[in-house]
Amino acid sequence: MSMPFYVSPEQLMKDRADYARKGIARGRSVVVLQYDGGIAFATENASRALHKVSEIYDRIAFAAVGKYNEFENLRVAGVRYADLRGYSYDREDVTVRGLANAYAQTLGTVFTTESKPLEVELVVAEVAADASGDQIYRLSYDGSVADEQGYVVMGGQAERLGGLIADAWRPGMTLPQVLALAVRVLGTEEGGEVREIAAGQLEVAVLDRTRPRRAFRRLTGPALEEQLAARD
Amino acid sequence: MTVHDTSASGRLPHAFTTPGTPSFVDFLAGYAPQLLPGNRTVPVGDVQAPHATTIVALVVDGGVVLAGDRRATMGSMIASRDIEKVFPADEYSAIGIAGSAGLAVELVRLFQLELEHYEKIEGSLLSLDGKANRLATMIRGNLGLAMQGLAVVPLFAGYDLDRHVGRIFSYDVTGGRYEEHDHHAVGSGSVFARGSLKKLWRTGLDTAAGVRVAIEALVDAADDDSATGGPDSTRRIWPVVVTVTSDGCVRVPDDELASVVATVEGERRAAHRAGGPR
Repeated sequence: MSMPFYVSPEQLMKDRADYARKGIARGRSVVVLQYDGGIAFATENASRALHKVSEIYDRIAFAAVGKYNEFENLRVAGVRYADLRGYSYDREDVTVRGLANAYAQTLGTVFTTESKPLEVELVVAEVAADASGDQIYRLSYDGSVADEQGYVVMGGQAERLGGLIADAWRPGMTLPQVLALAVRVLGTEEGGEVREIAAGQLEVAVLDRTRPRRAFRRLTGPALEEQLAARD
Repeated sequence: MTVHDTSASGRLPHAFTTPGTPSFVDFLAGYAPQLLPGNRTVPVGDVQAPHATTIVALVVDGGVVLAGDRRATMGSMIASRDIEKVFPADEYSAIGIAGSAGLAVELVRLFQLELEHYEKIEGSLLSLDGKANRLATMIRGNLGLAMQGLAVVPLFAGYDLDRHVGRIFSYDVTGGRYEEHDHHAVGSGSVFARGSLKKLWRTGLDTAAGVRVAIEALVDAADDDSATGGPDSTRRIWPVVVTVTSDGCVRVPDDELASVVATVEGERRAAHRAGGPR
């Protein structure tokens, strides 16, 4: 009988984390920004069918970067979790905190017990009646959760783009303002020059707190162009 | 009975992360079958439960109007005078229910969720025929309860986004699905409502005229059927009327209904005095 080589737990975890980080870094970034009327999500994505931002429940949305099949699975699980909870209790009892916990446990369990960690990073967000009640959670491949205030950037360039947003974002911005900021940041190259991103190359969605029940709305075509043109 | 939506370790159960069905009912049937209304066993014997009554639907120009009275009965008693039996199913369809009220309301909740769940998972709306077929499957699942006297008979109406017309579907307790043309009514007062609809419905009615015809049909049903409630102007309880057009599913506001009811009653009073139809 052959004995496996000893690998220290530190090394094992580090290898897994490096593996997951590499997978996530390959994808394009997603930015999530709070504005006066809700929360906006934007990413560079030419596909009209394979979404990175989706609706989970009435006031809750989901955004992801990384491996498509893995985060798509988690998205479907989130919709099932929310709909089952809303059906067995009440629509009001579906909260983003519960969802974030379930995702965190899932990501954490997979990270420590399965042969390969999930190469994904998620944001789940919920809008409230006013901006102070909004919640944005960022979940990493290892199950760690961060309660974010105001804005989040995920993906390969997260740190660099996050710095750019930190300099420009302030509470109470309007939707055209945050979208202009998102497009500028997503298009900023390593050297600092800004690439123009056409409306057709963007996937944009909002959780609009003024909408009566289902707050989630995709902005596409003319509606998106109108918002982008209104920035000045 | 509570349902665990996370496993012992707190992670989402495998049933949640398994790719496959976009149907919430199918998911529930696999994961928590006890939550489905059709899977419950009911003891033998008569069950006294509130019973909901008349629903009418008619096609109008560019859409459809669905309306229901507000009465629920239990034997010879009035169980409720302000129950709501007409609901939006999603943005482009609505459902009205007659039969066992408790089960029917639960079925509507599940049907609304089924449509929304599909829309979220697939990222697109079901076709109107697809929605009508899903409802048929759900009614079929309830056959066991229907055999014991707890039948639910819905009337489903919606705007067909491909054909640009309003369409109406009726069902029987075995899940049979029938497309109705022009207009239809279900429930205890439906015989009288259908007679009324036959005389008043015309091709190309606009939405406002359609609402008026629906109210007339319900007033006629309430006239002759003890289980159908007429408009109650003392308590200001009006029928629930929704219109479904390309603009979506909209509930007609109470003020508007109050004035339609006042017109209908005024005209009938005048006709009665003049020795006209009564």
